[in-house]
Amino acid sequence: MADNMRMRAQLKGDVTEVKVLMTHSMETGRRKNDFGDLISAHFIQMVTATLNGRIVLEAQWGTGISKNPYLTFHVRGAKVGDVIKITWLDNLGKTGEGEVAVTQA
Amino acid sequence: MQRRKFIKFLLGAASLALLPVRAFAAIWNTPAFQATQVDVALAGLGVGSLKPSSLITVVAPDKAENGAVVQIEVTSNIPNTESIAILVDKNPTSLIAHFKFSHGADSFVITRIKMAETSDVQAIVTADNQYFVAKKRVEVLENGCG
Repeated sequence: MADNMRMRAQLKGDVTEVKVLMTHSMETGRRKNDFGDLISAHFIQMVTATLNGRIVLEAQWGTGISKNPYLTFHVRGAKVGDVIKITWLDNLGKTGEGEVAVTQA
Repeated sequence: MQRRKFIKFLLGAASLALLPVRAFAAIWNTPAFQATQVDVALAGLGVGSLKPSSLITVVAPDKAENGAVVQIEVTSNIPNTESIAILVDKNPTSLIAHFKFSHGADSFVITRIKMAETSDVQAIVTADNQYFVAKKRVEVLENGCG
């Protein structure tokens, strides 16, 4: 599902800036469709980021994260070529993942 | 005895295969995320008494044209920051997100959130079993929760 996620990891000094854009509807369960029926909740609940397989960031999300979630975070100690991987799990048990190699900014 | 061992082995293998994604150690914090009040959400996170801190920076627009997408940046300069939680007081469910940092991740995050109406955005930092808070008021011109 790598096409489901856009990622960039750039080394700037000793900090690697990771930017992630995921594709997900992030339905709250409170919105109605054109016929007035509630659209059932469908949203990402957990996100894990790893650097070369080691967890650096663990997030839990509610329905308040915007559609097509965006995330930026900073990691120290990464080198060019190191791999940042993102995995998510939503409330329906679906998962998505993406990975990117660290590049020099 | 051998047959019993073999069956145990089979069961073990089956349960391993059934585990969804091993990357997720924690379980989603249902009570905190379903809470409709800030106090209840904080209790669900296990957050104790809060101290205001100027070492936390919350960057958000003063006015948001569209509440469906409001970019929030939180930085904690508190030593040993373990996690940052983002809450919106007046959203139907207050707790937006909870980020835990480890192994070289800075206590910093940018994300985009939904806001139902004009409200304070709170960033709550856990460090050394203490809890710190900083707030930023965001005026919402068009709500994003429908």
